[in-house]
Amino acid sequence: MAAASDVKVLGMWSCPYVNRAQLALCIKSIEYEFIEENTLKKSDMLLKHNPVHKKIPVLIHGDKSVCESCIIVEYIADAFDTGPRILPSDAYDRALARFWAAYIDDKWYPLVKVLRQSGDKEERKSLVQKLFEGLILLEEAFIGCSKGMAYFGGDSIGYLDIILGSCLACLRVTEKVVGVELMDPTKAPQLAK
Amino acid sequence: MAEVKVIGSWSSPYTRKVEMALKMKGVEYDYIEEDLKNKSPLLLQHNPIHKKVPVLLHNGKPIVESMVILEYIDEVWEGPAILPKDPYDRAMARFWVKFIDDKCIPPMWKACWSVGEEQEKLKEEAKQGLKFLENEIKGKKLFGGDNIGIVDHAANFIAYWFPITADFVGLQRLMTEEEFPNLYRWADDYCSHTFVKENLPDKDGYIAILKSRYRSIIIWHYLSLINYVTFLVRSPHAFPIYEYEFK
Repeated sequence: MAAASDVKVLGMWSCPYVNRAQLALCIKSIEYEFIEENTLKKSDMLLKHNPVHKKIPVLIHGDKSVCESCIIVEYIADAFDTGPRILPSDAYDRALARFWAAYIDDKWYPLVKVLRQSGDKEERKSLVQKLFEGLILLEEAFIGCSKGMAYFGGDSIGYLDIILGSCLACLRVTEKVVGVELMDPTKAPQLAK
Repeated sequence: MAEVKVIGSWSSPYTRKVEMALKMKGVEYDYIEEDLKNKSPLLLQHNPIHKKVPVLLHNGKPIVESMVILEYIDEVWEGPAILPKDPYDRAMARFWVKFIDDKCIPPMWKACWSVGEEQEKLKEEAKQGLKFLENEIKGKKLFGGDNIGIVDHAANFIAYWFPITADFVGLQRLMTEEEFPNLYRWADDYCSHTFVKENLPDKDGYIAILKSRYRSIIIWHYLSLINYVTFLVRSPHAFPIYEYEFK
């Protein structure tokens, strides 16, 4: 098993993308050292291990650095054979999981940040509508992936649970800011549950 | 025998990389050409969210997004590996695929179809991305090592489609041999590879497609200018914005 000193996560406590790495390591029962990064004053360590994007999270495993949260989660799934599977065992289900992760990161979740920062009433209305449309798609995805069980991953937390689950805290904050229940149980009852 | 179909577009690098991957694995498939200006019920049924090509249909099940498709092909069929076996090497391959898709291709493509200050800004943005790739390919024949891998496929636009497009529109000094000698050499090695060479769209055919798109862009610029002048007094936000879809 990897010793805590072998595995480090460079990140920020409140960042959902960092939380993904932490969730995946916890599922695999991997001890790690968390190094809090000040994103306004990036450390030499961050610049050394992510010279391309200079962003968190970065997973450092021995002398190797892995960047980008979805890639980190897949790496953890591949590199450590402890604990339950993170990605589905079936190739088609894996393809679906990767598709939905990209949808969440590229199309759906970015709207949440824009909504939180928007002061324009009409723009907010339009963004909420788009988020609800996406939520309905994610609800369908959940029903398909979970196959009647509690998580996207079935009876245990899997890749999509990590990807979407890490966004929930920021989603809740945005709900308070705009006064709209975004994870609306009338629109997405299974997901809300 | 498994039924494999590809819904694609003849000129699209994203479709071509899927076809190359299937051929490298020795997988037989039916190809269905899609008219992107008049999308078929088949495409809309199998990719209702993005409504884009390529779509791989395997025994009726759709897989969409070219990189997701390539990973699926690698996992399902035996044959030359598209992704490395080592977990860290796989993570690095995925990293560069995402980097090429997010940071290199969009500004390179958009630079071809913009002008003036906007074009200069896009050129600079693209060059920043290409510098990282130049460094990454140093000392390697291909991004995948001795064999074509997923990163080579991800960058196929840079190797073949971009030089033709840039030449056609007269875009200069974005990816020069002086500034990017290793990428230039890689592009040559990639395009000369047996499977790639046999599966690229012919240059003249691609240029014919560019000509028809170019006409549309010129018309849009002209109409946009008329629109802008007409609505200038009424509303400064009336300038039409168009999203030029590449895939």
